Amino acid sequence: MAVAETFYEVIRRQGITRRSFTKFCSLTAASMGLGATGAAKVAQALETKPRVPVIWMHGLECTCCSESFIRSAHPLVKDVVLSMISLDYDDTIMAAAGFQADAILKETREKYKGQYILAVEGNPPLNEGGMFCIDGGRPFVEKLKEMAADASAVIAWGACASWGCVQAAKPNPTQATPIDKVITDKPIIKVPGCPPIAEVMTGVVTFITTFGRLPELDRQGRPQMFYSQRIHDKCYRRPHFDAGQFVEQWDDENARQGRCLYKMGCKGPTTYNACSTVRWNNGVSFPIQSGHGCIGCSEDGFWDKGPFYKRLSNIHPFGIEANADKVGMAVVGAVGVGVAAHAAITAVTRVTVKHDDKAPPKA
Amino acid sequence: MNIMAQVGDISDSHGEKAVARRTVYVYQAPVRVWHWLNALCMVTLFVTGYLIASPPESVTGEAYDHFQMGYIRFAHFAAGQSMAALFLLRIYWAFVGNAHASQIFYVPVWRAAFWRGVLHEIRWYAFLEKYPKQYVGHNPLAHLMMFGVFTLGTLFMIVTGFALYSEGAGRESWQYKIFGWVFSLFPNSQDVHTLHHLGMWALVTFTFLHIYAAVREDIMSRQSMISSMISGERQFRDEEA
Repeated sequence: MAVAETFYEVIRRQGITRRSFTKFCSLTAASMGLGATGAAKVAQALETKPRVPVIWMHGLECTCCSESFIRSAHPLVKDVVLSMISLDYDDTIMAAAGFQADAILKETREKYKGQYILAVEGNPPLNEGGMFCIDGGRPFVEKLKEMAADASAVIAWGACASWGCVQAAKPNPTQATPIDKVITDKPIIKVPGCPPIAEVMTGVVTFITTFGRLPELDRQGRPQMFYSQRIHDKCYRRPHFDAGQFVEQWDDENARQGRCLYKMGCKGPTTYNACSTVRWNNGVSFPIQSGHGCIGCSEDGFWDKGPFYKRLSNIHPFGIEANADKVGMAVVGAVGVGVAAHAAITAVTRVTVKHDDKAPPKA
Repeated sequence: MNIMAQVGDISDSHGEKAVARRTVYVYQAPVRVWHWLNALCMVTLFVTGYLIASPPESVTGEAYDHFQMGYIRFAHFAAGQSMAALFLLRIYWAFVGNAHASQIFYVPVWRAAFWRGVLHEIRWYAFLEKYPKQYVGHNPLAHLMMFGVFTLGTLFMIVTGFALYSEGAGRESWQYKIFGWVFSLFPNSQDVHTLHHLGMWALVTFTFLHIYAAVREDIMSRQSMISSMISGERQFRDEEA
């Protein structure tokens, strides 16, 4: 375990040039919106600060966060990030296994008490005493609580750790629970998405290691710099939305023209993420650019807010296919029929019973 | 009660005697102006709100030639913010206006007479009562409806409406600062959209019932309803008076 080495020493040792290093610093500073002096700050921090130990744990998940992370776009990011955060434990990609791997957890807890960052991918299922996710012979939730107790901060990677994701979909048989419901005494940063964008993940890590604190978080605990705007706000198809030009069917001319996918259930207007600006796979594309609406994978409960291909969400208490319009129209219709019937009875009563605007007879 | 002087022996050209009727001034001018402007806002909001969720057929041609959704949304936001401003003025008037002006903002749940009145009105609407009662302001059932569906419903729509508006206005906007807490209750704003949409249907239902009840009671309850919201005066048609 490298103790006194700085990021910069590690980077240089791995054969990365100073030029590439400064390039990375400016790109990272720009992506975090740090301004003109940001690059120098990032460079200075990486040159002088010792690497932050990171423990990366996997609960109930699909490893798509790790898959996204290792595809971080700028060529240097992969090298730098894997080096700069002294990644001491990650059971998916580490060489050690079994008792050897568990020993690292113990060692980190003792050696870096209160200093290491706990990154959590996936979440603990709490039902049946946590038996639905066994890690190293015991429930994952126990291991999670243990490692969180001595961490300085916790990163919740992806929709699983942040919100629960598909394993928490109704009726949530394993009682999969987002980690902020389990760890309540540590600062938690949520980096939702299924998976989160690689550059967002590395950006968050770089910020924490550079400034030694969590970035500014929003109401839901997400970093403001990546999650303060909707996909819709920066979507390149937005002009078609404002003009009133929509894809009406998947195979129509509007779809070929690349028009707005709002009517096809795009969740861009309710999804906070950086996809429409940062995009994916080295900025190649993102779902809407590929002709498919956003499914809102970085939003709480997106798995239960179906259908993906309709604008209005289903409202389950009123039947599997009901939405706000169907419920509303049914109620208005019923009231309309009721009013008509009531008016008819009123009219009949008025004709048959003598009224003459009389007050009730005085007793 | 400001009962106006009764009309005496006034005859028209045919020698027919004018009927003496009691009239009470109920709805002050600001309340009436508010009522009709609010009605206009609501209708605008219903139509544009529905179209925002289910936009009309796509327009053709270049995007820069059109601004259809833009105009629909503009109308919605303009009407919504007007309604909110009018609602604030209406709350102000509840304090400085006459006794009837504050009626829609509270329900006297602690008064047994109120609940007996509600029961009587329910029986009246169920054709179980032969004679309607007369009230200067809202009858107890209308009072309950007004507060429970209209006032609370409007408040709910204003709060969720501004919260949704803040999504586009941005995190630095005053809308987000004041109404952003809605997203602490519902982290996924799609839920807020759904609730706002259901709120619209609740108010559409209210509007139907409101109009029906006003027309029906105007005819049936020996007191004026619709003209009262224009002149402000409620006339009681009691032939024995």
